Amino acid sequence: MSNNIQDAAQTASTSGEFRVWFMNKLFMGMSVEDYARSLVTPFNLASLLILLVSAPVFFMRYTRGLASVIDGSNAYPWGILLSWGIFASEPMYAAGFVVAAAYYLFGMKSYRPFVRVAVLGGMLGYIFAASYLLIDLGRPWRIYYPMLINFGTSSILFLVAWHVSLYITVQLLEFSPALLEWLDARRLHKWAVSLTVGLIIGGVILSTVHQSALGALYLITPGKVHPLWYSGELPLLFFSSAVYTAMSFALLLVFVAVRYFKKTCDSEFLDGAQALTLGLGKGAALAMYVYFALKILTLAQDNRWGLLFTPYGYWYLVELLGFVAIPMVLFTIGVKLEKIGLVRFAALYAVAGTVLNRVNINIITFNWYLPHHLLNIIPPGTEVIMVLAMVTFQVLVFRWIMNRFPVTRELPGYKGTH
Amino acid sequence: MSDSKRPRPPEDPSRLTRRKFLSISVLAGAAALGAPSIARSAQSLGDPEFKGWPKSYGMLTDFTACVGCRSCEKACNEANRLPAPEKPFDDASVFEESRWPSADAYTVVNRYANSADPSRPLFRKIQCNHCLEPACATACPIHAYTKTPEGAVIYNKDLCFGCRYCVVACPFNIPAYDYSSPLDAKIAKCILCFGRIKEGKIPACAEACPAGAITFGRRAELLKVARKRIIDSPEKYIDHIYGEREVGGTSWLYLSGVPFEQLGFPTNLPEKPLIELSKGYLSTVPVIFTTFPAIFGMVYAVMRHNERADGKEDRTKQHKEVDHE
Repeated sequence: MSNNIQDAAQTASTSGEFRVWFMNKLFMGMSVEDYARSLVTPFNLASLLILLVSAPVFFMRYTRGLASVIDGSNAYPWGILLSWGIFASEPMYAAGFVVAAAYYLFGMKSYRPFVRVAVLGGMLGYIFAASYLLIDLGRPWRIYYPMLINFGTSSILFLVAWHVSLYITVQLLEFSPALLEWLDARRLHKWAVSLTVGLIIGGVILSTVHQSALGALYLITPGKVHPLWYSGELPLLFFSSAVYTAMSFALLLVFVAVRYFKKTCDSEFLDGAQALTLGLGKGAALAMYVYFALKILTLAQDNRWGLLFTPYGYWYLVELLGFVAIPMVLFTIGVKLEKIGLVRFAALYAVAGTVLNRVNINIITFNWYLPHHLLNIIPPGTEVIMVLAMVTFQVLVFRWIMNRFPVTRELPGYKGTH
Repeated sequence: MSDSKRPRPPEDPSRLTRRKFLSISVLAGAAALGAPSIARSAQSLGDPEFKGWPKSYGMLTDFTACVGCRSCEKACNEANRLPAPEKPFDDASVFEESRWPSADAYTVVNRYANSADPSRPLFRKIQCNHCLEPACATACPIHAYTKTPEGAVIYNKDLCFGCRYCVVACPFNIPAYDYSSPLDAKIAKCILCFGRIKEGKIPACAEACPAGAITFGRRAELLKVARKRIIDSPEKYIDHIYGEREVGGTSWLYLSGVPFEQLGFPTNLPEKPLIELSKGYLSTVPVIFTTFPAIFGMVYAVMRHNERADGKEDRTKQHKEVDHE
């Protein structure tokens, strides 16, 4: 079918040519009817349902204020919108920086086919993280204020704002070659590729500072975050956990590509997927040992052992043993026995552990001493729906790009250019 | 010091302006004027620890005197032109539940059980404590908060984008965010009646208190007053002025007859200003920015070098093989 269209393109008029090009790029060579028919799947219908349900909630948020959709208060200013949208998900989006650094800076050549899918996951993630801010900020139209209007240079959030915006720019540039190949813009592509190493180093810096800064945001809350989770080492702990979370997320992205986008993958991608999963799994396991050791060191340094035998202490052990130690061991066994499935499961488990850690700090132990604390932190349904809708939308955009852009394959004309 | 021992109403605004002018000239590097007071200020600029604005005002709440009449709430409501409350200010039924300052009430009085004497319940007035080094101001990414030399921590809603990190940072959970408006969402909190102070008046709640539980004055003087009360009646007070040292000190000070814990005060706060906890991290950022490019540039150079060396070896090997054949 796509051949027919290409043939037709050669004889068509300019406007017709554009139309064919347009159909080819956006509808993947299908006719409008075929494309529409291909969209009717259970997954799409479920997604549509979630988005439709969320529409009135978003409408309320922008017409009646945040109070109509979230349970904010003096004691609980941030809810799951930010806890999930920024704190829990951004460690995953370091995937782009981890894989790109492995390939471009450390010379791990076999990672080449997987750089793009990791960068795409990261870039999209950061753009969506910023979108959560557009929901949760009281005055979202002022989102650029820390960049242009006034500077709170003592604020860690000022640092985060700058790093997120710079890092989004860097990631867009990092991913731009894929877009330019899709559009077949050769000269621009050459320019974009020539920036790569500089961008990767910039990305490593921005990501390191930014991931640790998310932890540093809580340095100012010694009386509020439970002492088992509060520590002067929060920046280091956040960075360290982001490293293995990013590796886990990258290998999960590769799994998703191989499992659900097999048609778009070239043979190099498919052949290398196993070795990459084991390689990243090994890295993640090592990084988890480091993180686990840091957690124990922090306990010792702050001398918090006594608190372990309190209700919050048991919860802390659930997180540390159940969601760090177990996936860490699973990674080790999976890599040792070369069980790809086990490594992937461990990756999912490890990511869940990081989500739990961030939610613990942002919500579950935040102002833990207040009366009725645990009742006050239950998120309202409207907030949950907004998060679900954002995740759904993010998956849809990811799929849209995966199906069209050369992410998991090299286009014939561009082999060996990056 | 010509300041009298008892707390007095503030000096006239023109003098404030002059002091502000002086401190600005010091910042501008005009220390060469040579006046001794300026020399002191210049020295204090070099001090690694900011000890708060000298001569700033503060408040002293004495909970042993508070009778829970809520006159302060009423005065605050009027002075700040806040909406009328659901229940009138003389309705004591509000004490049935624990309340908290909000966008509609910058100060509230709560009732607490008195374990020593159940017939005489305790009351606590809650409002912004106006920290000497406010965590809200440290946290704000747009610098919308200012600690004024007069002592008040004020907020500029024209800069705020509504991130609520100040609410996260405040150790006393004070800044109240107005979640109800889609267009005019903002922070609301006590501003120590900054406007009234500038006009030479004293804060509305202090003026309204019929029990003498709230005293306005220079913070340094208030500390002396508080200490004297503890010394004069040690049976009446516990030996602790809350706010003297907590999180680096607050402009609002408190005296109590029972441990502050029983009145719901956080007692797990460090004595150093909270900004000290994130300063160290912030100072590592420039180090990362300067050293990382060098380190990773080096790593990249090594990799490329080895690649080229390997390539040469491979080629020589190939040549040899070809030669053999």
